[in-house]
Amino acid sequence: MNAKAEEFDKVEKKDLFASGHRACGGCGQALAARLVADAAGENTIACVATGCLEVFSSPYPDPAWRIPFLHSLFENAAAVASGVDAAYKALKKGPVNIIAQGGDGSTADIGFQSISGMLERGHNILYVCYDNEAYMNTGVQRSSFTPYGAKTSTTPFGNTTRKKNMPMIAADHGIPYVATAAVDDYRDLQRKVKTALSIEGPKYIHILAPCPLGWAHHGELTVEICRLAKDTGLFPIFEIIDGKMTNVRKIPAKVPVDEYLKVQGRFKHLYKKGVPSKEVAEIQEIANQNIERFNL
Amino acid sequence: MKENIKFIQGNEACVEGALYAGLEFFAGYPITPSTEIAELMSYRLPQKGCRFIQMEDEIASMSAIIGASLTGHKVMTATSGPGFSLMQEALGYAVMAEIPCVIVNVQRGGPSTGIPTHVSQGDVNQARWGTHGDHAIVTLTASNHQDVFAMTVEGFNIAETYRTPVILLFDEVIGHMRERLVVPEEGEIPLVERLRTSVSEGVDYHPYLPREDGRLPMSDFGGVHRYNVTGLFHDMWGFPSDNPQVVHDLLRHLVDKINNNVNQITNFKSYYLDDAESVLISYGSSARSALHVVELLRPRGERIGLLELQTLWPFPDQLVRRTCEHAKHVIVVEMNMGQILQEVRRVVDQPRKVFLANRIDGVFITPRDIRNIMRLVQGKGV
Repeated sequence: MNAKAEEFDKVEKKDLFASGHRACGGCGQALAARLVADAAGENTIACVATGCLEVFSSPYPDPAWRIPFLHSLFENAAAVASGVDAAYKALKKGPVNIIAQGGDGSTADIGFQSISGMLERGHNILYVCYDNEAYMNTGVQRSSFTPYGAKTSTTPFGNTTRKKNMPMIAADHGIPYVATAAVDDYRDLQRKVKTALSIEGPKYIHILAPCPLGWAHHGELTVEICRLAKDTGLFPIFEIIDGKMTNVRKIPAKVPVDEYLKVQGRFKHLYKKGVPSKEVAEIQEIANQNIERFNL
Repeated sequence: MKENIKFIQGNEACVEGALYAGLEFFAGYPITPSTEIAELMSYRLPQKGCRFIQMEDEIASMSAIIGASLTGHKVMTATSGPGFSLMQEALGYAVMAEIPCVIVNVQRGGPSTGIPTHVSQGDVNQARWGTHGDHAIVTLTASNHQDVFAMTVEGFNIAETYRTPVILLFDEVIGHMRERLVVPEEGEIPLVERLRTSVSEGVDYHPYLPREDGRLPMSDFGGVHRYNVTGLFHDMWGFPSDNPQVVHDLLRHLVDKINNNVNQITNFKSYYLDDAESVLISYGSSARSALHVVELLRPRGERIGLLELQTLWPFPDQLVRRTCEHAKHVIVVEMNMGQILQEVRRVVDQPRKVFLANRIDGVFITPRDIRNIMRLVQGKGV
């Protein structure tokens, strides 16, 4: 292993996203934000969209950020970051790590066009998406990341659409680096952040961040649920470097989706007296398709 | 016990009113403090065999209801200040293309993300002038759940009567407060259904040719008549035109159809105004505190009354001027920096006798706040 690889493989704990914020116990997003900030280091600007992250990490007297923090609107974190990047270049300042971050809505729905613009114009920005599969800040409404079958407050009978594949959409902009990660694997997640920041141009990292409140699971299961999401094939882990799929995480032993679904209240309605409904078979089919498509 | 008595939030009362009025299609995007409207719609509309769709943002929500309305259905969306800003371009389109629709704005503190879970009435002028270009608009509000229900039904009726977007401007206190609602029996409140053209299939239909009474019959889009819809200035066929006469006539029509019917569109409530020396003017949740002050001071012999506005736009100039004619002083009670105050000052004979009792800190204005201002106005000291 060369020196750079060794450096990238180290788990960083710099407390740039300090404890004492207002997130719920077991919040996947708080964990992810800390890992991202610590991996990026002090020389970083965080542009954060409206959402849970901003609400629990920024209010006085207990803000968590020890790096410059810019809260924008719901739809424009990537656009605001684009302006920061362009101004830094115009003023010949830097280099600095600019990280735009947001949740489901600010990535896949209302903020979709400003991300697409940022990726297409080629800004030197890392966009981090914290994917918790619904709009948690406003009380668990569906997003286009909400998986098939999941119950949310605006899909009271279960979601009927499949999850939008944002990493592949980002990759199709022809950007140099795309990766997926989950909060159970600190080393992998931080290595991807460091790798992304070492590359010039637009980068996109998609992080699975379970939400105990919205997914209705026990807080201590956050990490375990990430493992199940990966091992069932529902959340593939990979990198796309210069358009080439690489470092696909192989599933060590395939797990049926049942085990993933049964620990979460949002899928409870799919089991009547313990008997899985036909939606469960559909979800298994989605997992199987992922396994085949990404060769998991 | 009657089944039609409910103890619910104002947002739910709005949903009940919309369903009573015959709502068939709702498109929305969650935003505090209006989210309960979308959530409840996602449950109730499918049960009626109607459609709820969650859109990717408010621009899309507004656009979706425009499309759905054209096909012949009663439509609605709901949002709060930031989302309402995003809707403005398409709202102007609905004005121009004369598309009936209802937009609910449950106001929160702004500008920007502001103070999402607290009350404000800061969007009064955004409702009036949020979209670009000259235009007329209808905006209704309410101070209790029974009125939220009634004004929601009224909003649909006005939208269909005048082929116009109608804004329901509620606020966080009204939206989230729980109180009693008695759902009226079917037929108790008259409903205005869409005026459809009597022109039969195969005969030329002019979507923008008003009848003698000014109303424009519609034909369900995609049905038997083929016609053009555009946000450009257009002639009676709906085709774009830059003919100065056409442009002039259309803009006059868009403004006049509302402004010439101010009396029909105006809704208000008056309390003890006949002999009032002190006139309070208020609307929305702040009218509750204003009414409390009036009912507190009347038994003590103070000649005080309240005009509660339920139609904010078009502003009822004549009504307000008449009401304030003999008043010693007029106090506008609202939770913004004086947006309706400016209108009242514009229409009364003596603008200097009009004062503002407001609160802009995200906290609901109390009767005590109003009385403190009144003591100053009346020269009684603090």
